[in-house]
Amino acid sequence: MRLALYNAAGICVGSMTLSAFGKLTEFDFPKDLKDLGKFDWGFVVDTTRCIGCGSCVRACKAENKVPDGYFRTWVERYEFDADEAVLVDSPKGAIESFKENHTKDKPIVKGFFVPKLCNHCRNSACTQVCPVGATFESPDGVVLIDKTYCIGCGYCVQACPYGCRYLAHPPGTADKCTLCYHRIHRGLPTACVGACPRQARICGNLKDPKSEIRRIMNERRYHVLKPDLGTNPKCFYIGLDQEVK
Amino acid sequence: MEGFVFPNELHVTWTVMIVLYPYITGLVAGAFIVSSLYHVFGITQLKSISRFSLVSSFAFLLFATLPLLNHLGHPERAFNIMITPHFTSAMSGFGFVYSGYGVIVFLEIWFCYRADFVRRYATSGGIAKVIYYILLLGVTERDEHTDHVDHKIVKTLASIGIPVALMLHGYVGFLFGSIKANPWWSTPLMFIIFIFSAVVSGVAVLIFLYQFVHWLKKKAIDQGALDAMARLLWGFMIVAVVLEMMELLSLAYEQTERWAILHYLITGPLWYSYVVFQIFICSIGPFLILSVVVLARLPQRLSNILIFISSIMLLTQVLLMRWNVVIGGQLVSKSYRGFTEFFPGILDKEGLVVAAIIFIVPFLLLRQFDKIFPFFETDTHGSNA
Repeated sequence: MRLALYNAAGICVGSMTLSAFGKLTEFDFPKDLKDLGKFDWGFVVDTTRCIGCGSCVRACKAENKVPDGYFRTWVERYEFDADEAVLVDSPKGAIESFKENHTKDKPIVKGFFVPKLCNHCRNSACTQVCPVGATFESPDGVVLIDKTYCIGCGYCVQACPYGCRYLAHPPGTADKCTLCYHRIHRGLPTACVGACPRQARICGNLKDPKSEIRRIMNERRYHVLKPDLGTNPKCFYIGLDQEVK
Repeated sequence: MEGFVFPNELHVTWTVMIVLYPYITGLVAGAFIVSSLYHVFGITQLKSISRFSLVSSFAFLLFATLPLLNHLGHPERAFNIMITPHFTSAMSGFGFVYSGYGVIVFLEIWFCYRADFVRRYATSGGIAKVIYYILLLGVTERDEHTDHVDHKIVKTLASIGIPVALMLHGYVGFLFGSIKANPWWSTPLMFIIFIFSAVVSGVAVLIFLYQFVHWLKKKAIDQGALDAMARLLWGFMIVAVVLEMMELLSLAYEQTERWAILHYLITGPLWYSYVVFQIFICSIGPFLILSVVVLARLPQRLSNILIFISSIMLLTQVLLMRWNVVIGGQLVSKSYRGFTEFFPGILDKEGLVVAAIIFIVPFLLLRQFDKIFPFFETDTHGSNA
């Protein structure tokens, strides 16, 4: 089944060439199943660049047909007043962007946006708890769900510390961000990366020292969400504030 | 919704069915332990209730998976858990523990009742005779030697069954306690609390049913057995409640990051269901009542009424405990910044009506079982009960 998933992702389309995608191609991608081991997909979110426009959320929803009320990605807004009180919100996952907060009595002294998505953890709790192995890590480091095998128990939804999973009825199976596996295996950026007007999101091969994601990670300081839980996430945040969980 | 929750957390994934599931398995494990207290530990006061507790455990066991199947998004794939178990998951062991326990209880009942079946086969006629013949697998004879062998097998099965029953329910507690993502669930104490609360609910349901059935049939109760069960209930409920309180105390005392949100959970969304009803009314209440019953010399009738009331209160307490764990844990946002809301549906697929039906069916089944495996009949033929 997993082989079928990879096939569906386009890996076995031997005749596929980079040039076929023209300028949309942003990074190298595995051309064959044996190439998978050379890849380890990761993600960088530069919170200092995000403007909270919600383009990523809309693009993800359209690309992946995410059911209403559920989110594979969303954007959170953090606002701090002079007393260090924090106001956090993400109305409808920011799919309609944000409106100015009318509840604030005090001036906002600091604010920023934080896009969220599946962290594709190296030691993912969701993979660990899946009782049938429907959630698995692909050889190129993406946590995926075999929806033809998922029993819909919801254990993974409980186990994900980041609130990235959901179980919608129908289809009665768990779902979450796939890192647009069907796109990155054709050399295309994920829908959210492609839609971001500020390059706040970067997806790439962590094993490639020349990749954009590696370059950024070599140059910038970054942090992951909830490192104490030992999940070893592969979504790295630049400019992450301690208030972000 | 209060404060900030992650957008996907607006939907509560585990609802009434997942409250009911640990509740029913708790009854299964608890009732079995009571039966084993006689068969293995020789608490002879419980002899008259040992058969009843064993068959009750089996009746609940038959329906323990029903809430789970109703909850699954794809129940037709349920057996994937056993066909291709993913052993890093705590849940993958469920099918094996559940089936293993089922086999043990079934065999124990069979050996327990074998002598009785022989007697009934000899005295019955028609379809009943055929049923007993099938139940006896064609072996319609018995003597002192076979009775002795049966008794030894029952004792062995009961001994094996104790750790398996505790595992069956301890494992349910472990399912919750091992979810490090959830601040309300994640504690190594969870499975121990689940085990003790299981025994409490098991003893309580037996007391409730025992008194109710005898009242219904207008039969005299075995006062020794009832008093012994009341003492057991008192003892186990003290351990269960103290463990629950110690867990809360350690959370409050540690003052870690999660206490900030859990404090609001307890004083906010769970104030009535947890603090008022579970702790004050349904824990402290029966503790005081049972303390009086066990320690003071009350008129028998009054004592029995108080034991009956305590059993109902403790059955409610354990149900509330399951609710407050399962639902309460999902109300807390993993952002630690707010709470989501949950209101059970009435007529939904996983609503209250379906839950009530699933819960009542084992009791109705038990009534039918009584016709094949009479629970309280005085056995003068030396069977193993």
